[in-house]
Amino acid sequence: MTIETVDTQPKPNLLNDPKVRAVIAQIVVVVLFVSFVSYIVSNTAVNLEKLGIKAGFEFLGLQAGFMPTSPNFNLTGFDVSKDTHLDVFYLGLVNTILVSVLGIIAATIVGFFFGVLRLSSNPLLRFVAAAYIEGTRNIPLLLQILVWYFAVLLALPGVKQSINIGDMFFLNLRYLVIPAPIFEDGFGYVVTAIIVGIVATVFMVRWARKRQEKTGEQFPVVLAGLGLIIGLPVVTLFAVGVPLSWDIPALKGFNFQGGVQVISQLTALFLALTFYTGAFIAENVRAGILAVSHGQTEASYALGLRPNRTMSLIVIPQALRVIIPPVTSQYLNLAKNSSLAIAIGYPELVNVFMGISLNQTGKAIEIIGMTMGVYLTISLLISMFMNWYNKRVALVER
Amino acid sequence: MKALKLLAATAALAVVSTAASAATLDDVKKKGFIQCGVTTGLAGFAAPDDKGVWKGFDVDFCRAMSAAIFGDPMKVKFTPTTGKTRFTALASGEIDVLARNTTWTMSRDTDLGFEFVGVNYYDGQGFMIRKSLGVKSATELNGASVCIQTGTTTELNLADYFRTNKMSFTPVVVEDSAEARQNYDKGACDVYTTDRSGLAAQRSVLSEPDAHMVLPEIISKEPLGPLVRHGDNKWGDLARWTLNVLISAEEMGVTQANADSMKTANNPEIKRMLGTEGDLGAMLGLGKDWGYNIIKAVGNYSEVYERNIGPKTPVNLARGVNALWNKGGILYSAPLR
Repeated sequence: MTIETVDTQPKPNLLNDPKVRAVIAQIVVVVLFVSFVSYIVSNTAVNLEKLGIKAGFEFLGLQAGFMPTSPNFNLTGFDVSKDTHLDVFYLGLVNTILVSVLGIIAATIVGFFFGVLRLSSNPLLRFVAAAYIEGTRNIPLLLQILVWYFAVLLALPGVKQSINIGDMFFLNLRYLVIPAPIFEDGFGYVVTAIIVGIVATVFMVRWARKRQEKTGEQFPVVLAGLGLIIGLPVVTLFAVGVPLSWDIPALKGFNFQGGVQVISQLTALFLALTFYTGAFIAENVRAGILAVSHGQTEASYALGLRPNRTMSLIVIPQALRVIIPPVTSQYLNLAKNSSLAIAIGYPELVNVFMGISLNQTGKAIEIIGMTMGVYLTISLLISMFMNWYNKRVALVER
Repeated sequence: MKALKLLAATAALAVVSTAASAATLDDVKKKGFIQCGVTTGLAGFAAPDDKGVWKGFDVDFCRAMSAAIFGDPMKVKFTPTTGKTRFTALASGEIDVLARNTTWTMSRDTDLGFEFVGVNYYDGQGFMIRKSLGVKSATELNGASVCIQTGTTTELNLADYFRTNKMSFTPVVVEDSAEARQNYDKGACDVYTTDRSGLAAQRSVLSEPDAHMVLPEIISKEPLGPLVRHGDNKWGDLARWTLNVLISAEEMGVTQANADSMKTANNPEIKRMLGTEGDLGAMLGLGKDWGYNIIKAVGNYSEVYERNIGPKTPVNLARGVNALWNKGGILYSAPLR
């Protein structure tokens, strides 16, 4: 007897097929999303027209007519007699980038310092680090900015009573003014020397590493590098007869003239951002170091490496891969938090462009859109860089 | 945070504006109060007193409107706005009327889509400085640090004035008048510039008012007045004629105290204003006694002025050009007929 095999399994309903259902769900979501966005856009456009507000970017070419920043703190050379709202945008952008870059560098240093300090074997140091970290992390940033500006910097003496440091530097409640270098003919040689020094150092480091891998002999890379990067330009400077003079600031009338002014708003914002973000980075650093198993340190000691070398060669490289991702988001926070400068009047993007330009032109949608675009771009660039760096330091698994 | 507010306002623009362009008077009657935009606190013009009740020159304008509509000056909700948020607040319908020493300019009237209903204070921009600095004229201000409120016409006038006189200045840009005062008081700037009425108000609350002086130069024309949105002419008319009633009442000598007895005065224009003759109120969609209610609630222009910013108050502003046209000023109301 033969048993006929019949395919008894019924053909599944199309709707029960998970693949089909997934596709349908995605289509529905996309349609909903697109119609939501187009509803918002058309609704806004219709209502703007009803209110008689014309959308467009022509305002960027109009003369701004106001002075967004101090003439002594004017990185883009803003000229009130002819510059436009686009130049205001540019000025704000440069000031945002300035404080973000300075803040990121300083916060990293502060963060690493206190992160390592918090793991110190000395209880007093450990306590100081813990007090700083917990204190700053748990107070709102805006409050810290206001305290730095109103309570610390505005408590400094007035312009006429400026703190005089060697007749070169003057500190008062409005700014710190420092001598500005004036480069004369022939300074190009010194710049060339600096570039040559850096390039030579890069080659030297590569050569030294190869030699060490081959022969095990070490080369004093740091000393030689310093000699090349600093020594060479200094020698050149004197060889060409010091083509450099200083613009020394002097009190004239209401304010100091000459030199470079570091305005108090920048200082306050920089300090607040640095110490606030630094506290978070310190915790990331501590976590990273603790994540490296103690066996690594013991093994390193067993091989005869000194504690310093153990830290820099064994622990830190392994800790970095734990530290980098959370630190990236701290960098992003810092760049975005710089917009809180509006509270104290530092002329960054949100303050001058989204503040003054917006109010003078009334182009809310265009200006807010541009500002959001800037922060998005800055954040994505930081992310891209940190992802690239993270790949470099990540463990290469074999 | 300001950014957030703006963003919210912009979003609100999309949602609310259908309501905003409809008849504001009907909306106001339906909700039972006027939403009035004022400053965040400027002595004499708009500031809450120790019981939290808003008082001031601009506040009284909104109270007058409330009296005209509801017969009760207290049916106003005040929204404090900064120089920056005020226009978005009005455009989005968050407020029905803005009475916040706002300068009437062409671009605000046309491009921003607002309607100024008149001028309730003729002002001009000036400078305040410490007497100890020994400056006697604004032309000596080369290189000074200047405190300035962001988002105002003063910002543009200031740049123009210094350019015209080939001088430079350092702007110290702040958000609201309280912050400006703090910066000025601590010495972050040498000079504080805003409308001269604002300077007088700020000076009255400085720690030592007598140590500061207002320089003689007036560098701009600043006709300050209340404004509403474009497109609702009926609401604009109501605001305009509220202001005209205040001024007319002073012209005709009708005061808070004598409003009742004036109802039977032998003067048809007074009778029309107080509603005992004709029916001007109906033309605005209001009751007959709207004019009487305004004067009974806040008094005439002069009374509002003297109570809030006049020479007997700490703000101490003389009438000057804000006197009536027949008393040496330029204040003038269109006739009520």
